[in-house]
Amino acid sequence: MKSLAELKAIRDKMQGQIGLRAEAEANTRVIVGMATCGIASGARPVLTALSDAVLSKNLTDVSVTQTGCIGLCQYEPIVEVLQPGKEKVTYVKMTPEKAMEVVEQHLIRGQVVTEYTIQNVMK
Amino acid sequence: MTELSLHVLDIAENSTKAKASLVTVSVSIDTKADRLAITIIDDGCGMTEEQVAHVTDPFFTTRTTRKVGLGVPFFKMAAEATGGQFSITSAVGIGTTVCAEFGFSHIDRMPLGDMNATIRQLILMHQDCDFLYTYEYDGRSFALDTREVRELLGDVPLDTPEVSEYLKQYLSENESEANQGQNNI
Repeated sequence: MKSLAELKAIRDKMQGQIGLRAEAEANTRVIVGMATCGIASGARPVLTALSDAVLSKNLTDVSVTQTGCIGLCQYEPIVEVLQPGKEKVTYVKMTPEKAMEVVEQHLIRGQVVTEYTIQNVMK
Repeated sequence: MTELSLHVLDIAENSTKAKASLVTVSVSIDTKADRLAITIIDDGCGMTEEQVAHVTDPFFTTRTTRKVGLGVPFFKMAAEATGGQFSITSAVGIGTTVCAEFGFSHIDRMPLGDMNATIRQLILMHQDCDFLYTYEYDGRSFALDTREVRELLGDVPLDTPEVSEYLKQYLSENESEANQGQNNI
């Protein structure tokens, strides 16, 4: 049975390193709709993929959070990307695979993945 | 919904919105009694008697974006479709308790699904709230208590990649040990 005791070792290893992440300002906010409509449409694996990728790729200026129903239930799972000085980008009908493309193209390279935006899908 | 674990996430989100400081989630499977029980207990703001009476009605909701609230009614329907039971009790200022019991082998019972993904997401997305998760399969059980985790970690935050990865392994190893080879529950 795996115990929590190993967390003590992680703590010892991490001390001194913390503060680095805390000090970095989160400039980009990624928000996933997580009300009943979002969850039923598959928002949980989308959020898991996004938050795991942001942690593992060490994107310290990106924060991943969740929100409730924004009233566009038929387009869930919805992911919004907010960056200072830029217009909000709303991605709809997301999957973990599409979310990974957004991480690579939009969050890392700064290129909006227009194919998945609400403007494109509503056409 | 396609998994019971998604219902758990949905109901526990209500708890965090009710400003709970501790949310207790338990999943208990007893194959001899042919029962799967899920309880979600919070110490959030609670509901009035009138709200509790209406909460299983799909056309009742506290949100303002639209006029339906399907989380609780869906969960109730999922339990009752398997010959199980559903109850919700609440008191203002004390908190809310949701219990759902399912016929374990009933053909209409949804798979439990990825409970660990639900628990990890709740922990990472609500760092101002504590979670106590217990899982039991035919008497073999384990628990994850974020109060205990926080005490061991000191100032190291729960969303540190190493901690997040460790909790993932902790949940999956202990769950498979409790299940003893039973997969796809």
